[in-house]
Amino acid sequence: MYYDPFVLPFTIALNLLLIYLVIKYARWIRSFSKEDKRIIRKNIFTLKTGKAIREVFLESLVHHKIYRTNPFLGYMHMCFGLGWFLLIVIGKIESLVYHTSLLNPPYFAIFFRFFHPAQETFPHSDTFAFLMDLILLMILSGLMLAWIKRLYSKALGLKRTTRHRPFDLLILTVLWLIFPLRFLAESFTSGTRGGGSFLTHNAGDFFNSFLPIETLAYPAWWAYSSALGLFFLLLPFSRYMHIPTEIVYIFLKNWGIKQGRKFTTFSQFQLYSCSRCGICIDQCQLGTSLGMKDTQPVYFLKKLRHHKEHATLTDNCLICGRCEAACPVDLELNALRISQRTDYTRITKSAYDYIPEKSGVQAKVAYFAGCMGHLTPGVIRSMQTIFTKANINYTFIDENGSVCCGRPILLSGNQNAASVIIGKNKTILKNSGAELLVTSCPICYKTFKEDYHLPIQVMHHTEYLRLLLQQGRLQLHPGELKTVFHNPCELGRGSNVCTAPEEVLKAVSHKLNTAYDGKKSLCCGGSLANHHITALQRTRLSQDTVNAYLTYKPDILVTACPLCKKTFAKTEIPVPVQDIAEVVAESLG
Amino acid sequence: MSVIIIGAGPAGCEAASQLARNGETVELIEKECETGGNLNNWYQLFPDRKNAKELSAFLRENIRHPNIHLHLGCEPVKIIRQSGQSYSVHLNDGTQLQGNALLLTTGFRTFNARRKEEYGYGIYENVITSVELENFFTNHHIQTSAGKTPQRIGLIQCVGSRDEKICNFHCSKLCCITAVKQAIELREMLPEAEIICFYMDMRMFGPGYEELYREAQEKYNIKFIRGRLSEASENREKQVIIKAEDTLIGKPIRMTLDLMVLMIGMEASEGSRHWAAQLGLYVAPNGFIQVKDPHFATNQTNIEGIFVAGCSSSPMNLTDTLTDARSAAMTIKEFLGKNDKNQAEIKIN
Repeated sequence: MYYDPFVLPFTIALNLLLIYLVIKYARWIRSFSKEDKRIIRKNIFTLKTGKAIREVFLESLVHHKIYRTNPFLGYMHMCFGLGWFLLIVIGKIESLVYHTSLLNPPYFAIFFRFFHPAQETFPHSDTFAFLMDLILLMILSGLMLAWIKRLYSKALGLKRTTRHRPFDLLILTVLWLIFPLRFLAESFTSGTRGGGSFLTHNAGDFFNSFLPIETLAYPAWWAYSSALGLFFLLLPFSRYMHIPTEIVYIFLKNWGIKQGRKFTTFSQFQLYSCSRCGICIDQCQLGTSLGMKDTQPVYFLKKLRHHKEHATLTDNCLICGRCEAACPVDLELNALRISQRTDYTRITKSAYDYIPEKSGVQAKVAYFAGCMGHLTPGVIRSMQTIFTKANINYTFIDENGSVCCGRPILLSGNQNAASVIIGKNKTILKNSGAELLVTSCPICYKTFKEDYHLPIQVMHHTEYLRLLLQQGRLQLHPGELKTVFHNPCELGRGSNVCTAPEEVLKAVSHKLNTAYDGKKSLCCGGSLANHHITALQRTRLSQDTVNAYLTYKPDILVTACPLCKKTFAKTEIPVPVQDIAEVVAESLG
Repeated sequence: MSVIIIGAGPAGCEAASQLARNGETVELIEKECETGGNLNNWYQLFPDRKNAKELSAFLRENIRHPNIHLHLGCEPVKIIRQSGQSYSVHLNDGTQLQGNALLLTTGFRTFNARRKEEYGYGIYENVITSVELENFFTNHHIQTSAGKTPQRIGLIQCVGSRDEKICNFHCSKLCCITAVKQAIELREMLPEAEIICFYMDMRMFGPGYEELYREAQEKYNIKFIRGRLSEASENREKQVIIKAEDTLIGKPIRMTLDLMVLMIGMEASEGSRHWAAQLGLYVAPNGFIQVKDPHFATNQTNIEGIFVAGCSSSPMNLTDTLTDARSAAMTIKEFLGKNDKNQAEIKIN
């Protein structure tokens, strides 16, 4: 039996941690809604589980998504994730080959160098020693990068890095100690007894030249085991809860559990999955344009998790989704923020009785301009021209007075009020007998698509224009004007409509490629979702956005959202701002 | 001692004439081919319905003075502040002017109504601005785009003023009284038409204004509805359909207008913005040049030797503009005197 008292800190802490995690996760999952539990049961034995395993490997270990932000940052995270994982797995295999029993205790593999007499060889023992040294070197190189990141985050592609609580800094120090301690313990042992490979063997010889390594080796193993033990004990109370939680979250997510309007125990999984890597910080325009340094998701989730006051942070968010698109853990950051917004209104069904129930004209296609659409008559006029030129049988269902789609009150958390409004619009749509709903406003589009559960297809006008182009219903005279496209938050990131507007714009103009294409687009600053910033701050934000687009020197700044268009036109800007429908209408023969 | 004045609108002309009469040499620069600035776009002035041309001619007459060198059709390209109290201004025609003080009378620009897209200016045929209405008055003829006599006309207040949605928080001050004046002029031309004015507040701050407002209601049968226009659309007959709310009775309104007039507000002119940035002058959040003190240094700026008058520092009516110009002339005169004395002392020492 291989045993030494120094393994106790590690072993006890590991067992405590595992018991804690199992109880915590089981309690959370037990309080899932019936519907969520049904979804899990339905999907657990399907390919989705396989997909989840693949994602766990790619994201929890390789940290594949972080490479998009910066290769060095990705490598750093991979060193810790994949490196540590390999150290455990290869170590386990090594110990199995040596001991040939599956039932060796977990600490045996972890402290293998201590228990294994170096003179005794076993199959591939040199290869194993080499591999273990290589992996340790990889982790140590990652550790170097982590130090550099703390001192100078720009080197790893982050303008700002996360500000941590003192407690998290403590456990960070413990984590940073683990691998150098392992390195020292293994080096001292191989310096005394031989063994090890290119790294620990040579380091052992080196330390031997000036240190009493024989007396230091045993305390080094104690220190290594204690550091591991301390890390495990502190982990549940620290941001490193993300290591185990993210794995469970990936499975739940792949099985189809979603963050709803309410904060649930699934939300808890998301909170604890945030590694506080800080990638969201640079994405947030409230930070880059307005110098607000505490409202980013990393800090919001931190306050939420530690039950700190977060009322301001809840409201101070544009819900533009730039953070969500960049989040390597794929957290539903917008939905989490909205889940904290409470419904303060008392709206009854009769509150909206004054809205008349209209029976409009019947047609195949229903066009809905929306409230914001009515503030940009240029867009409506262009859509009418396009419908007419393409010979479409359409009805303009909100021509004479529109009912709001409900999104603004949904964003402010007023679920009840929204449901009454949604009912009104559903009736109007039903009366129109339309088979397709076309909206000009991406905000309405997203709402109709996700909150209405309509029996008919919903299209944003960019998608509809592409359809008309594909069907050859529009005769275009392509212009040579240089255009830059601002993809509205609710369209690109919010509804995954990226290719349609780009294809349409390419067909009618010389579209310039920018760093802000598709889901990387900026927020115009007009967001309905932020209840905190002042009008002047909004203006500064939108000016910064306009300036970012103007560096590409377009002739026209094109968008596909009436709100974005109006926001950009708040101040005099040197180029015209047009909706994509206006550009198309102008190029019609 | 000489003073360089940029902009020969009412403020520039009045300040030039006052300085010249008090013995200073004035270099008066105007980018247009005639003096008068925005005054030239106006037909009659409130409150006394004086013909704008009359005031314009009066100002023009006053600047015919041997001490005033008028540079018409010229724009400064570079202004250099030299050591001591001296400014060198390079004009685009190659002239180089020297002065001991600089007065910015760069005025205002009217709000670009296209930015308020929901009102349909530039999209609907029968939406015009208050400036265009003045033009109709000059020609003594009012008609819709189809050539008909308008039966119902709406005047919309606060277009481009007091509106955080287009980032103009300030009140342009004179659109209220302009609307009253224009409504009366419209009534005189169209005795049968319905004339409605949509307002947030009627700010009748000047002498005779409140009286005129009362007269407009009692004598001229102009309707005033307290409520801001929310949006407008156009029907087949090219009439403008507006949506608003009568906030005094708390009811939404839908109405068809034959002609809609947007009472556009005032913004800092390009000239004011440009030279404020070039010279390092403090600018108020609304874009106008910030004066040194709102009570007792209304013509000074944060830089000694650079002065402002008229609408370069805030929206003003003509009465206040001319008063402000005279005040600027006095302030500059005092400044030059002090300067002169200082230099004399330096020479003695």
